[in-house]
Amino acid sequence: MTNERAHFTANAEIDFVIIGAGAAGGVIAKELSTAGFRVVVLEQGPYMKEPDFEHDELKYMRQQAITNDYKRQPNTFRKTEKEKAKEQPAIIYGRMVGGSTVHFTANYWRFHEIDFVERTRLGAIAGTGFANWPITYSELEPYYTKAEWELGVSGLAGASPFDPPRSKPYPVPPLPIKSSGVLAERGASKLGWHAFPAPMAIISEPYRGRNACLHCGFCEYFGCEVAAKSSTLATVIREAEKTGLCEIRPNSYVRKIEVNKAGLVTGVTYFDENRQEHFQSAKAVVICANGAETPRLLLLSKTSLFPHGLANSSGKVGKYLMFNGHAQASALFEHPLNEFKSVPVSRVIHDFYDSDPKRGFYGGGGMDLRFVSYPMGFALRGLPPDAPRWGREYKAMLREHYTRTVHANGHTTSLPVETNSISLDPDVKDAWGLPAVRVTYKDHVEDLKTMQFFQERCKELLQAAGARKQWSRPVREQSFGFHLLGTCRMGEEANRSVVNKYHRAHDVPNLFISDGSSFVT
Amino acid sequence: MDNPDISRRLFIMKSCAGLGSVWLASYLPEIIAAQEHAHRAAQSESPSRFEFFAPEDAAEVEAMAAQIIPTDDTPGAREARVIYFIDRALATFAAEERAAFVEGLKQLQKKARKHFGKTKRFSDLRAEQQITLLKAIETSQFFELVRTMTILGMFSNPEYGGNYNKIGWKLIGFEDQFFFKAPFGSYDRDYKAKE
Repeated sequence: MTNERAHFTANAEIDFVIIGAGAAGGVIAKELSTAGFRVVVLEQGPYMKEPDFEHDELKYMRQQAITNDYKRQPNTFRKTEKEKAKEQPAIIYGRMVGGSTVHFTANYWRFHEIDFVERTRLGAIAGTGFANWPITYSELEPYYTKAEWELGVSGLAGASPFDPPRSKPYPVPPLPIKSSGVLAERGASKLGWHAFPAPMAIISEPYRGRNACLHCGFCEYFGCEVAAKSSTLATVIREAEKTGLCEIRPNSYVRKIEVNKAGLVTGVTYFDENRQEHFQSAKAVVICANGAETPRLLLLSKTSLFPHGLANSSGKVGKYLMFNGHAQASALFEHPLNEFKSVPVSRVIHDFYDSDPKRGFYGGGGMDLRFVSYPMGFALRGLPPDAPRWGREYKAMLREHYTRTVHANGHTTSLPVETNSISLDPDVKDAWGLPAVRVTYKDHVEDLKTMQFFQERCKELLQAAGARKQWSRPVREQSFGFHLLGTCRMGEEANRSVVNKYHRAHDVPNLFISDGSSFVT
Repeated sequence: MDNPDISRRLFIMKSCAGLGSVWLASYLPEIIAAQEHAHRAAQSESPSRFEFFAPEDAAEVEAMAAQIIPTDDTPGAREARVIYFIDRALATFAAEERAAFVEGLKQLQKKARKHFGKTKRFSDLRAEQQITLLKAIETSQFFELVRTMTILGMFSNPEYGGNYNKIGWKLIGFEDQFFFKAPFGSYDRDYKAKE
């Protein structure tokens, strides 16, 4: 299977270098190599495969087996530009071939039509860069369908009354409902809401030569040992390699994108795993390094021709960082749910997806019930905040709560605020001597109102589902990002955005940027 | 289900044959080998000596762990051999916590002597006395460290030296299996989809 894999020599003529083998990089590698281009994908993390993955909470959750390692890649954080940033973990992403699609929850809802045109519908929002996207849902629809069918997404078309139009159903049926899904349905129907089978990038039936989910429960934060999770590692990256035109080069940490006097990209300079420096030339470069590492690399690539960083004549590289908001309420139920089994989410609620001016603030999102607590993490911090932390009663509560707890969640929008950003830390360096990612982030007041609103809905849902006991923690400003979005926004005007609607950099014709950083809202 | 590894293997083999999945067939032997290796390592574990602790210090830390997750009608941290997890952790991946352990123990013993007499070590105290002392330090960094390490030792994979016989997992109702079949819990058992 792997013997046809390409291995290009140093002098080989390469069409595209892709930086990052994650959600975007994997797909682009497959599209380009199957179209006949010669592609090198540089991935900073290792190349692990299914036999390398383990059910090992200690290694995966506490020792960053497959995510960014703060010891070697420190972050700094501050709320506003006036403060000096302090060193602390502030972002997380999958650091391996397959990127965050290896360890993600695998929720796979599409955006709705409204998401692309909110600025027109809702008007300006003070203190933000709220804008329409330069693309619409109908332009994207064929690509959503292509992605669902090539990657493998489980779901039920037409089950959500809020679903945007789709040209084809899901390729495989929904995964079996869990107790959390039954309770979500129960609560939602009492409240007049709609819980529908969750679209998940985990296959419920054998599909395209891959095995169906075995419901082991180690989805979020882990790699799937049977490749039922439709990561780019399990899907398109394999297809890209089969062309013989795509070389995945793991443990390759890019430090600079090089340009010539004409202002065109010529290739990239990177460290291999022994910290040897190499130059890889290419006719074009595609950066898919995520919403934090992509702007960082552009800022690291400044030259006399691009004194503020590559592709940054607008000054918008790194700006408008969005995390998505998160609201939660928790509950104990009478009988065991055993949520540690099977996939994280089996029902989703989109009744509050759209922003509604009647609520008095901007914001919307999706809801679900899920648990996602492995034994250690639960024992460390899974009990209600007023529970004892050790001793007989603590032990008794662990016994009672582990199988009976579930969390209602709101996954909410973030407003694009220009001062929320990724920049280079002036003092702290990573293990390669490069400036660390500095995160500046403060939730917009409307984002906090949205989270508050969703937390109230979470409590209602749990109540209606028959919770025996409920608890929650107050909504707070976030200081940690899982979803890294918006930092190289796309737009039609070169002075207000970084890339155009085709994800080509406004300033550099042979540079493309494609990952969460191009998101406008 | 006497031997979970064998039943797991049989199940996957069967589901593989039934589904005719080319991919799984080619990777399965490696996956099973990796899983079984981990389990063999876990099963061959028979603690005999400590790598980091002196035996008398191990007794002190074990006494703390046994108050954090006590033994009552079900086994606790002691039976789960949490102390062997902590010892191995300090000898390996948690080596940077060694100094905190040494210093924390020293302070704890000082307190024990001060409150309960000169010759007393923490592990010699009666349970109520131990609880009183731990309450007095429960907001300290040292207590937090021992609590964290106790929990890690109770609930991490047995191959790390604790969670002996999966005592921690059995306590809370967690099962580490390669596969489950619906229904998974009490509420999805009699589920009928709405039409």
